[in-house]
Amino acid sequence: MTALTDLTIAGMKAGLAARDFSAVELADAHLAAMEAARGLNAFIVETPDIARAQAAVADAALARGDARPLAGIPLGIKDLFCTEGVQTTAGSKILQGFIPQYESTVSGKLLADGAVMLGKLNMDEFAMGSSNETSAYGRVISPWKAGDSNRELVPGGSSGGSASAVAARIAAGATGTDTGGSIRQPAAFVGISGIKPTYGRCSRWGVVAFASSLDQAGPMARSVADCALMLTSMCGYDAKDSTSLNVPVPDFAAGLTGDMRGRRIGIPREYRLDGMDPGIIALWEQGIAWMKDAGAEIVEVSLPHTKYALPAYYIIAPAEASSNLARYDGVRYGLRVTPPGGNLADMYAATRAAGFGAEVKRRIMIGTYVLSAGFYDAYYTQAQKVRTLIARDFERAWEQCDLLLTPTAPSAAFAFGDKADPLEMYLNDVFTVPSSLAGLPAMSVPAGLSADGLPLGLQIIGRPLDEAGVLDAGLAIERAAGFTARPGR
Amino acid sequence: MSVDEPTVRKIARLARIGIADDDVAPLAGELSAILGWIEQLGEVDTAGVAPMTAVIPNHLAWRVDQVTDGDVQGKVLANAPDATSGFFAVPKVIE
Repeated sequence: MTALTDLTIAGMKAGLAARDFSAVELADAHLAAMEAARGLNAFIVETPDIARAQAAVADAALARGDARPLAGIPLGIKDLFCTEGVQTTAGSKILQGFIPQYESTVSGKLLADGAVMLGKLNMDEFAMGSSNETSAYGRVISPWKAGDSNRELVPGGSSGGSASAVAARIAAGATGTDTGGSIRQPAAFVGISGIKPTYGRCSRWGVVAFASSLDQAGPMARSVADCALMLTSMCGYDAKDSTSLNVPVPDFAAGLTGDMRGRRIGIPREYRLDGMDPGIIALWEQGIAWMKDAGAEIVEVSLPHTKYALPAYYIIAPAEASSNLARYDGVRYGLRVTPPGGNLADMYAATRAAGFGAEVKRRIMIGTYVLSAGFYDAYYTQAQKVRTLIARDFERAWEQCDLLLTPTAPSAAFAFGDKADPLEMYLNDVFTVPSSLAGLPAMSVPAGLSADGLPLGLQIIGRPLDEAGVLDAGLAIERAAGFTARPGR
Repeated sequence: MSVDEPTVRKIARLARIGIADDDVAPLAGELSAILGWIEQLGEVDTAGVAPMTAVIPNHLAWRVDQVTDGDVQGKVLANAPDATSGFFAVPKVIE
């Protein structure tokens, strides 16, 4: 029999329904895996007691025959989601010891659907990072190694704990959040699937804010169908988030066909960068061939403002972050540092100096600068105009195609310290940021291995609210790729 | 755009982040490099383009103007570094 931790969510559901194993057994298997893989540092807080109690509730529901769709499925929750009674830090020292008095809408919906929480997953501080090196709770390590090398690799970021835990079979699935690629890039780096839905599909209520016009929650799991199962539970209108979309949520898993016949797949020519890794180009071409084989029509399209997406993002996201993170002042929650004899202003400055890490400070300062008097129009207003043009590029592309196919990241996972220059790190999000700026649904699916045996992902981008189309294309790639590689540790 | 050291100190003060003297010069270099890279946005012709306000068209929902929560003082103060007599307490601001 397959180890319980190797099953997909769909497989776990079937096994639980057939009473092949209990939810408590399933939870125990994952808790044991979590303990064995502590070296990855994927969790900031482990919640074994909560997991076992929730699993017992799931078993009772399964016995009664009124189990919810995710009854007994062991999940990890990214530490950006407030969880009632369980420490939530967003990977920051400034929130160390913060115990939310309420549950985020998205994690609450998963739990209401019967999911079991294994713990809180490590992440880049306030989701600002692409490598998990900015967490105040230590870096998360990828379970993968390159070729014969023994160097430890990054799991990507910011949802690096989520990626590492799912790839290492510690959790069946995990919540992630994506502001500029924080679900898709780590999913690609560790060989799992992840989808960022349309902006507004998942409620942001109770999710620690980074850049509010971009932040979206989404699932990360080992199959496209598993992502679809989780996504259905996570989406839905929420009056507590003013940007929540009041639209019906389809049963994404039930509607999944993988049928690409008659679909037009756009290939954006601007995503072919100068000096691009030949392995990434080859994978992309392979993906195009798979789509053709599945019956899709391939169309070359142009997204002319692509090269301006990253600089626009690095104005808009820090600007929103500088405003959102103003709340961490040592008064209502979190760390407080008061210098001897210091007044209130001294307390603010000392608290924020001690509580924020270098990357967060850097971004707050960039945001403060671009919003300051005299620079606001030249930077912030111009960036928001460019954002309009980027969204318009996509709208024009949809006149020619139904979905877009691109690589997820310009490289495979890199080693710790390899991208010490912040700018070089930012460039890793080149393929994921444009669709974030346009609020579009996008997913990464593992599609192959690099020359030294590391996972590579392909990205599918869809029209607003066409998660179903994105998932179908993802399933088509998953079937064609037959990705079965798994990490060594 | 090159950010000089007085500007770094000014931004840090506006952002209420204390910075050590030794960190000012490196920060000036890092912020200058990032802002220099961002400058390329200036070459985009945005004449007549409206800045984006909502990424997915949506209108703010209305609700009945009534109290829907409250009476949770204990929860509000539960994480306060210093709560006194049902209030958040801060260092003295008036001598």
